[in-house]
Amino acid sequence: MAEPASLKVSVWRGGEQGDFARYEVPARANQTVLDVVTHIQRELDPSLAYRFACRVGMCGSCAMTVNGRARWTCRTHVRKVVGADGELELRPLANLPVIRDLAADLAPFFDKWQRAQGRFQPKDAPDGAVPEDFVVVPPASKARREADAGIECIGCAVCYASCDVVAWNPDYLGPAALNRAWTLVNDVRDGAHGDRLDAVAGDAGCHSCHSTQSCTERCPKNLDPSSAIAGLKRRLFWDTLLGRR
Amino acid sequence: MDLRPRAHPTYLAFVVHRVSGLLLALFLPLHFWALGSAISGEARLDGFLRWTENPLVKAAETGLVVLLAAHLAGGLRVMALEFLGWRKRQKDMVAISAGLALLVGLLFLLNVV
Repeated sequence: MAEPASLKVSVWRGGEQGDFARYEVPARANQTVLDVVTHIQRELDPSLAYRFACRVGMCGSCAMTVNGRARWTCRTHVRKVVGADGELELRPLANLPVIRDLAADLAPFFDKWQRAQGRFQPKDAPDGAVPEDFVVVPPASKARREADAGIECIGCAVCYASCDVVAWNPDYLGPAALNRAWTLVNDVRDGAHGDRLDAVAGDAGCHSCHSTQSCTERCPKNLDPSSAIAGLKRRLFWDTLLGRR
Repeated sequence: MDLRPRAHPTYLAFVVHRVSGLLLALFLPLHFWALGSAISGEARLDGFLRWTENPLVKAAETGLVVLLAAHLAGGLRVMALEFLGWRKRQKDMVAISAGLALLVGLLFLLNVV
């Protein structure tokens, strides 16, 4: 496809209520969507609100809805997502309150990490003290591999914004928080498995997931939160059936 | 509803699973009514069974068999994910489930025609 000379960018302006503003941005080689937003803010309209930090796919701050899909904008090349006539449509992430323009409020997202007991609780030092000795965790062990599978989450909320269950049930913990819980359930050093499994077992927990797998489909880090949630369901099922809870 | 974020195979599999389940639930009362008609007399049941020889009813019946097979295959796929942890190749699993459902429908069609 021939690259258009300029991009026709529709950008959400306002809060929950608002409208699209249209900007024309020069198309460049190897341009990312974040480059486009930065161009608009620096050259065309300094009042545009958006969020970014690292620009290299580590911090998880710059996620937005690009042409209908949640994406990390710093690692999304325009040529991969642009429409035939150079159209780009940018909105803030779905399923979260809008602060202004392209900046969504991630507080509910991280509150749910807390509710899912997403913090490490050392088994040997429940009061938060440093354990006396290192724990040896064989890299090839099943639990370690399960923990590894989900540990690279950058907290960008792309999965959360892509999840229909979050849209249907605002209390639902969401894929990222449950993925974090599954990672910790597989951490042999952690001592809060019981509380954590209780926290994710309720109506707003893992059993609400319908396995549409949009989270896995959209995760920019190629993680598989859907399988992590399935792991929690499996663990809770057997623990309940065998009276281990 | 914006379809752009939902346009991927496992979402489609979810929709097919749900819709087939709902349609099968709607069919169930009809099924029980047909079975119940056997109690109220042989002639009435025979009359109903003759009506089902109608090609249009046979076509609808094939659709019903596909729905049932799709719901079963889709359910087995979800159970494999949730109970066995088959996390790899989810899209292939969706394709296999769809293929199985259509194959069952085809076999049914070959038997009734």
